[in-house]
Amino acid sequence: MSSKDLILGRIRAARAAYDGSIPRDYRRSFPPADLNLLVDRLVDYKAEVHRTSDISGTIKMILGAGVVVIPPGLPRGWLPPDISVLPDESLPADRIAAADGVVTAAAVAVAETGTIVLDGSPDQGRRIISLLPDLHICVLRPEQVVASVPEAVARLDPTRPLTWISGPSATSDIELNRVEGVHGPRNLHVILLEAL
Amino acid sequence: MSTFLGMPARAPKGVGHLRGDETFPQAARTALANPQLRRNLHHATTTIRNKSGRVIAELPDWQDLRAAGSALKAYTMGNLTSLLEQLEEKVTAAGGVVHWAADANEANRIVTDLVRATGEQRVIKVKSMATQEIGLNEALADAGITPVETDLAELIVQLGDDKPSHILVPAIHRNRAEIREIFLRAMPGVDPSLTDDPPRLAGAARKYLRDTFLRTRVAVSGANFGIAETGTLAVVESEGNGRMCLTLPDTLITVMGIEKLVPTWQDLEVFLQLLPRASTGERMNPYTSMWTGVTPGDGPQNFHLVLLDNGRSAVLADEVGRQALHCIRCSACLNVCPVYERTGGHSYGSVYPGPIGAVLSPQLTGVEDNASLPYASSLCGACFDACPVRIDIPSILVHLRDQAPHPRSEAAMMAAAAYTMDRPKLYARAQRAAKLARIAGRRGRGLPPPLNGWAASRDLPVPPAETFRDWWRGR
Repeated sequence: MSSKDLILGRIRAARAAYDGSIPRDYRRSFPPADLNLLVDRLVDYKAEVHRTSDISGTIKMILGAGVVVIPPGLPRGWLPPDISVLPDESLPADRIAAADGVVTAAAVAVAETGTIVLDGSPDQGRRIISLLPDLHICVLRPEQVVASVPEAVARLDPTRPLTWISGPSATSDIELNRVEGVHGPRNLHVILLEAL
Repeated sequence: MSTFLGMPARAPKGVGHLRGDETFPQAARTALANPQLRRNLHHATTTIRNKSGRVIAELPDWQDLRAAGSALKAYTMGNLTSLLEQLEEKVTAAGGVVHWAADANEANRIVTDLVRATGEQRVIKVKSMATQEIGLNEALADAGITPVETDLAELIVQLGDDKPSHILVPAIHRNRAEIREIFLRAMPGVDPSLTDDPPRLAGAARKYLRDTFLRTRVAVSGANFGIAETGTLAVVESEGNGRMCLTLPDTLITVMGIEKLVPTWQDLEVFLQLLPRASTGERMNPYTSMWTGVTPGDGPQNFHLVLLDNGRSAVLADEVGRQALHCIRCSACLNVCPVYERTGGHSYGSVYPGPIGAVLSPQLTGVEDNASLPYASSLCGACFDACPVRIDIPSILVHLRDQAPHPRSEAAMMAAAAYTMDRPKLYARAQRAAKLARIAGRRGRGLPPPLNGWAASRDLPVPPAETFRDWWRGR
């Protein structure tokens, strides 16, 4: 007997059954996302937020003279002209890690939890590029912001690799207090575009 | 199709970390004598309780989410065979390979063989309860493979040659000064001027592990959720070590208990709201990674999922006890437990400490192998209130106490007591005799064996000088 058959047989022999329904009385419809709440929650978890329509000027201000990795589909117009850009065309990990920062777009953001989600689309790129540099600049359009977790789950495609990010890398492992800055980017800047 | 006819299969002896060397009362005595440990635990559990309470209060529908989470888990347990087969089909279709492990030995063998096949001598690991439960690190080391724990608390435990004492924060028993000492003593290349400032300690771990992340080709992880409908797996974490392990290597091996299933993608909306608020007391943890099989050009190109039984199907066979399988490993029950706060996690002898450990470990091993754990509780019920999926831990504890071996003297005494209480005259005489029991000494410590066993961890009430009946008659 294979281990699969053995395990499935044991489970059948356990005779667990559930004939109830799933009570979904929790909140499932929400008002439009409150951008101020998103900002408040991002800042609370130590992300820096810039509300602006000047993307390139803001990136220049954050990055100064550094080298920035970008995913292949990032709109080039977002980048300041006088900056060193490293487009990710299968860059080796060492080169990504040595860059000063990375600029990506996002798929969805959740106001209530201060979360941005990346889904590997061309303007967000491979998971590795938003992980190794110590600075992550994420450009967010207001229509990408939803109020709640259920709305974000509904918008996302689970067949894509998803990364949910809520503030910079942190740990609660020392006396159960949140301390920012372990393995992921220690600096998270969110550029929240003004509604047109 | 084959039919299973045997007894429920428990987690095997001689492998893994579900059985302690001592009983709970013996181990607890050592812990209670350590004032530093008690201070650390009190500080940490108080901090997390307050944080968690604040963010839970922000959600007006917390109780509705708990009810949904509880029902979703009950539904999962009731449909486990079809959901597991669905998960296997979806993961396979997305380019992953699914393995089934009946117990710890088989899981360790599967993972070891997979690592050997890559030719690598080292693996990086994301914190995972399942791999601790089965003793995977020891099995890998026996095969000449070095497992590197990358979670900060796990690293503290590994460098300190210590044992984990909490589900979420395995080094909760260490304070910042102790962590600094461990790093200075055991972390290669550490800056000797390291202070005990927490950001500096976190920075030291970042520097120490960075090169290992970049150079290791195989990672081993657990999983918080496995979604049957889509074949998607999720790992919830804080530091980014999880993202490193799930993204950088060529090969990813994920070991997941069969109870970690979630039926549909939409159901994640419930658990992603429950887990972080109950666990670290955050609205959302810093990082959650989700992946479905293999994504060409992004992340590990070889993905293996090992589905682990190791006693879980035996837990499922117990009508009262099976809800212990609903656990999402948040550790809220540890943080509110007055017993855990005083004894710490090591006293439970298993990788699953606290109230959930007291009901899970004895069921995975068979109650006879962890017979003292169902008693490691005052039955105050705080764990039930704190549980984000509403596991009725006190009821399971009572149920397991019933199953644990009881000394014959206890049954004889209970039978005698029942006989006496049924007969008023006998009872009155017994009460008068009980006054003599004052010779048993303060708290009953002077009782002869086997009765002194009962009084070893309980205070025997001192009988009053006058019984109620005597007082009533003389009124």
